[in-house]
Amino acid sequence: MASMFALANPKRFMDASAQVLPWLAGTASLVLVVGFFLGFVAPPDYQQGDTVKIMFLHVPAAWTAMMAYGLMALTSLFSLVWRHPLADVAAKSAAPLGAVFTVLGLVTGSLWGRPMWGTYWVWDARLTSFLLLLFLYLGYIALWNAIDDEVRAARAASILALVGAVNLPIIEFSVNWHTLHQGESIVRADGPQIATVFLWPLGLTALGYTLLFFVLWTIRIRTEILERRARSMMLGEPT
Amino acid sequence: MSGLLNMGGYAAFVWPAYGVTVLGLGVAIALTLRAYARAKGRLAALEKP
Repeated sequence: MASMFALANPKRFMDASAQVLPWLAGTASLVLVVGFFLGFVAPPDYQQGDTVKIMFLHVPAAWTAMMAYGLMALTSLFSLVWRHPLADVAAKSAAPLGAVFTVLGLVTGSLWGRPMWGTYWVWDARLTSFLLLLFLYLGYIALWNAIDDEVRAARAASILALVGAVNLPIIEFSVNWHTLHQGESIVRADGPQIATVFLWPLGLTALGYTLLFFVLWTIRIRTEILERRARSMMLGEPT
Repeated sequence: MSGLLNMGGYAAFVWPAYGVTVLGLGVAIALTLRAYARAKGRLAALEKP
């Protein structure tokens, strides 16, 4: 906890992230390339045929979209409670990335649903709550853009992010509520119900997407810090 | 090779899924790097004595 607050100093964050970024980016690229390759050469599933390849694109995107929202809500909480400037920079920087991963989850899911379920879309709890995730991201971004005063924008956007966090458990548990979407098959008490030949590429692409998110998130936070520094220099404020 | 292109008859779904993924991740990476380079440039211009 203490080290987290130490990192929350913008200058220290710039120094530490500059050290970590090349390694993080290198690992992310390597894991993604291997994961994508193993997914691409995975054998066809006995029921799903080659559409199983879409799993390695869909599941990591959907997972990362939800993780990003969780991080955005958590940093929003820090921003509201401790009023730390880096916390709202972090929350703001996560939103556009989260939106991209949500769109990827929705589109790849739709392309998987058509051949397997016979439809691109149904308005069931799982799909609808995931679509709501996209609207929460877009609403959050719109709120930041609508309010000029940075402090007020951060507060309003943080409240929206926290209220919207209710949607995360809804997405998580909705696989059990009258849906076409398959049930939980990886994190189960009785172990993963998925063949090893699919588990490896799935694990690696999920890790790769997660690392890629952290790389891009860190660069976006750095960007925002530099921009705020430039803005205060133009206003002639001490930095 | 034709089996791979054909994706066992599911080419119309598997290839677009790859396409949209490459496009989405590519755009996210490109926009993030461009914004970073611009912010760096702006700050460097301001810091010039």
